[in-house]
Amino acid sequence: MFPFMPDHAVSLRGLRKSFGSVEAVAGVDLDIADGEFFAMLGPSGSGKTTVLRMIAGFESPTEGSVLLGGREVTRLAPFERDVNTVFQDYALFPHMSVLENVEYGLRVKKIPKRREKALEALESVRLAGMEKRRPGQLSGGQRQRVALARALVNRPRVLLLDEPLGALDLKLREEMQVELKAIQREVGITFLFVTHDQEEALTMSDRVAVFNQGRVEQVGSPSEVYERPASVFVAGFVGTSNLISGEASTAVIGREGTFSIRPEKLRLLGEAEEVPDDQHSATGTVSEVVYAGPATRFVVDLDAGGRLIALQQNQQTSSMDVLGLRGSRVRLAWQRRHEFEIA
Amino acid sequence: MNLSRTARTGLWAALAAGLGVIYVPLLVVVLNSFNADRTFGWPPPGFTLKWWSAAWRSSGVRDALWTSVQAGLVATAIALTLGTMAAFAVQRYRFFGRDTVSLLIVLPIALPGIVTGIALSNTFRAVLGIELGLMTVIIGHATFCVVTVYNNVLARLRRLGMSAEEASADLGADTFTTFRLVTFPMMRSALLAGGLLAFALSFDEIIVTTFTSGAGVRTLPIWIFENLFRPNQAPVVNVVAAALIVLSVIPIYLAQRLTGQDSR
Repeated sequence: MFPFMPDHAVSLRGLRKSFGSVEAVAGVDLDIADGEFFAMLGPSGSGKTTVLRMIAGFESPTEGSVLLGGREVTRLAPFERDVNTVFQDYALFPHMSVLENVEYGLRVKKIPKRREKALEALESVRLAGMEKRRPGQLSGGQRQRVALARALVNRPRVLLLDEPLGALDLKLREEMQVELKAIQREVGITFLFVTHDQEEALTMSDRVAVFNQGRVEQVGSPSEVYERPASVFVAGFVGTSNLISGEASTAVIGREGTFSIRPEKLRLLGEAEEVPDDQHSATGTVSEVVYAGPATRFVVDLDAGGRLIALQQNQQTSSMDVLGLRGSRVRLAWQRRHEFEIA
Repeated sequence: MNLSRTARTGLWAALAAGLGVIYVPLLVVVLNSFNADRTFGWPPPGFTLKWWSAAWRSSGVRDALWTSVQAGLVATAIALTLGTMAAFAVQRYRFFGRDTVSLLIVLPIALPGIVTGIALSNTFRAVLGIELGLMTVIIGHATFCVVTVYNNVLARLRRLGMSAEEASADLGADTFTTFRLVTFPMMRSALLAGGLLAFALSFDEIIVTTFTSGAGVRTLPIWIFENLFRPNQAPVVNVVAAALIVLSVIPIYLAQRLTGQDSR
């Protein structure tokens, strides 16, 4: 590597992991920049957690290597790596107080002023005054914050988060999403985040890697991954799958292929309405109307074959209006720049 | 679940009868140890502490008590060491014959004491040429004391999982520090409960002890058995029995409280 090139916080090179005959991770290459909020998104069993555990040092790769800050750490024990983990079940020490939990990393590494630093960390996650409690006396959200403080107080090069919000209810999860993002900006540590929740990945991260069957299908910014999915899997997993393919694509778009259009990019028009030249359109029948408060989802069976889902804001319409559209003939129109061909 | 009034009364009666069968005779033993009448006339004509002081002054009783305590403590220590190691091996590692090993460790508690006793006695004397004594009693007791420790530790390890230890390593602690600060403190109450049960088991064991103790070695249960049919010793035997009841209840009670506390 050239001396003037900044080292990546984390680099994975040809990483593989097999459990018996099952290949959980099937060749992963990734570079994560310093200070980045990076999400590994995928369904359960896609290998994202195994990758995280190999970075932390709990699993050793069958093949390939892990680099932290440009240094090879593949064969090092967890306690020899400058990373800390927020575990899915938090893994707090039940026999220690909140303060003792947070101090633990500083204590075993014999770092001075640990009480001060631990109290400061507790304050930064808004748990001041809780230091004497036991983990068993805390709520789920509070435990989550203790786990975060316990990891952050060590100022690791990289913070690994394994589905950290998975055990929280929706309201708390949304709060913590905002808060995690704020904390990351404040401390400037690289966050590497595992989740199966596409919305969480899109709202929080600078970049997302979409995992499927032990491989990375696409790496990019949230908008890239959402608006220009690189594969049929990504199109379906990140957001609603809305694809035109086969004969329908020949008829509507003019050539064969698989095209993805996000539901909110579609406009619902009367069947006979004209559309400008920079737009494509297709006629069909509304087969289902799902009223969801601020917006309504229309499922439209295309005359050319296949079906598309169109999301319309309920700005001018009420539930009575939209529900009456079931079974009616419509035209769906969209700007050409919003359709993306999937390889 | 809601039960009818009759059902509830019936169940309470059954419970009382069941517990009564066990505990009324024990209560009689304890009361008789204070009975002023030498032949245990009932109801007792009066209460006295003279049998208790006679028992305390008896050198036979005191020697037997000391032998029992020694055997119990050493057998418990052996059980704690071996039982914990075995539980870690079985719970944390995969190896050929793991389930078989687990079964073989637990089996001695189910084997009839008389079989274990005869087998050990034969092996000690005929095969190994070891003279029977306190040491052989301790080894005999350890065979089944290991089981209580093993079971307690195994259950705890299963419940704890690996995540606290992984968290400790992740925070920078090496393997030994993790054991000292995380694994051991989280296991402590399981070890204590297993150890107390092991001690209680050893303390009142008689069958294996009969076959493995040499001529001069007499544990408390053996002393009781030997003096049971000597009429002039009867009041003292009663006192020793009453003391044994109390001594066995304490560790069992503590062990139950310890395991109950942790399962919150």
